[in-house]
Amino acid sequence: MAEIVSLAEAVQRAIHDGDSVAMEGFTHLIPFAAGHEVIRQRRRDLTLIRMTPDLIYDQLIGAGCARKLIFSWGGNPGVGSLHRFRDAVEHAWPAALEIEEHSHAGMANRYVAGASGLPFAVLRGYNGTGLESLNGDHGAAPTIQPITCPFTGETLTAVAAIRPDVAVIHAQRADRSGNVQFWGIAGVQKEAVLAAQRSVVTVEEIVDRLDPRPGAVVLPSWTVSYVAHVPGGAHPSYALGYSVRDNDYYVAWDAIGRDRDVFSGWLDEHVYAVPAGKS
Amino acid sequence: MTGLNPAAVSELAYTADEMMTVAASRALRDGMTCFVGIGLPSAAANLARATHAPGLVLVYESGTIGAKPTELPLSIGDGILAETADAVVSVPEIFNYWLQPGRIDVGFLSAAQIDRFGNINTTVIGGDYWNPGVRLPGAGGAPEIAASCREVIVVVRQSRRSFVERVDFVTSVGYGSGPGDRERLGLTGAGPKKIITDLGVLEPDPATLEFTLTGLFPGVSAAAAKERTGWDLAVALDPEIIAGPTPAELDALRNLQSFVPQTHPTFSPKPTPGSTTDDR
Repeated sequence: MAEIVSLAEAVQRAIHDGDSVAMEGFTHLIPFAAGHEVIRQRRRDLTLIRMTPDLIYDQLIGAGCARKLIFSWGGNPGVGSLHRFRDAVEHAWPAALEIEEHSHAGMANRYVAGASGLPFAVLRGYNGTGLESLNGDHGAAPTIQPITCPFTGETLTAVAAIRPDVAVIHAQRADRSGNVQFWGIAGVQKEAVLAAQRSVVTVEEIVDRLDPRPGAVVLPSWTVSYVAHVPGGAHPSYALGYSVRDNDYYVAWDAIGRDRDVFSGWLDEHVYAVPAGKS
Repeated sequence: MTGLNPAAVSELAYTADEMMTVAASRALRDGMTCFVGIGLPSAAANLARATHAPGLVLVYESGTIGAKPTELPLSIGDGILAETADAVVSVPEIFNYWLQPGRIDVGFLSAAQIDRFGNINTTVIGGDYWNPGVRLPGAGGAPEIAASCREVIVVVRQSRRSFVERVDFVTSVGYGSGPGDRERLGLTGAGPKKIITDLGVLEPDPATLEFTLTGLFPGVSAAAAKERTGWDLAVALDPEIIAGPTPAELDALRNLQSFVPQTHPTFSPKPTPGSTTDDR
């Protein structure tokens, strides 16, 4: 059964130095407030997993929380670069960042394998790409391998399962028992939570009863570790029905993320100086 | 008869980017299904839907199928895409059930670098992969879009920096190193059929699959296009002169774009002046 706790307590209990952490949410429902709390609690040496690192991981990487990033698209959508991510990869600031890179299809299937309790998933993908050829390079364990279909003999691609220590997501609602409900663009959050050992879910609202909603994803309370009530916890991403994506913030981030000092000032003012759940 | 009216003429003035987006939109036919990348491809696909192809089915990798935005989304997951979609599916589902089996007619992609066989790089430029000169966003959905859509159209601004003899990294495969490579790699789609730039249109030579300049925008010369290509660009015998944007196309495009927050061009590989992080 999920425990309903404060955001600070959820992060403290679920996420430890050195953990692999998947904070998912595909453009929609990105758990920014939880990410900021991880920065505030100064977690270190995390392996951060996320299809689209987005601003949330730009911030965590710039704050020095990450040792490794597993991802498939590291840009600021519609705007340009993630400059903190680039600075870490190009200049090892504030620390060197190991990377494990995939395509979206590969990452999505890796989560599916993790959620399914399988060691790998199969897809048609990567053939002829640089991602395939550098796989296993640089001392890393390979996560992309050709596999022969036992029925047709066709050569397909196997990708290794992702099993994070912790999954962190944001949802529209939970009830008082900790059952979680979210809708709209659902991304890979269900798979991430089911693939992970532990999970933290921040929600816009805690309600007495979850009204059934067509198309909504429901994570029963017994699949979730901690639920925290954090209204607006996806900002500058959004929660359909509660908020809209703050596109101006994404555009403005370019100048903040571009400069180390401006970024550090932003961290002080907007994360370290702010109580949990308020950034 | 108002063609000589200076006011009307200035209304029809347009930028190279607008011409590119209009030309890209014309490549989409009504009723097609289109897997849309963000940026230039999204603008062109939405323009097509707002003009000649109202039945164009826009599919975004966020899992929104049949999205009908009335304003251009900044990201592939803006709320307006989910709210206007015929169906919203999970990310594993959009790639596994919808893209992979070859259900999508056309994939619409952009590029940071592209070579004469339409291979695309959006991963790293300069240095090597582990110590890149410039780290770009990476693959996203593009490798499988390029592999599995029935065909692919690439929209990219043309320069010696983007049109290169050899891409620094193959993020998404076009024709590999020439005829036979897609079949050998087991890529199910037909590959890139057009590269639409801010100068004109390139199409693969039927025999060699090398991209050849087959269309030019008004006022652009083949020599200018060759000058802005990093390989010895082949030019068709008599490149088509592509008609400029119509007033209706320009109006529709500007109307769509009037909602978008001002952004920097994506994938700028240039170091930024004043950046504290640039020590190259």
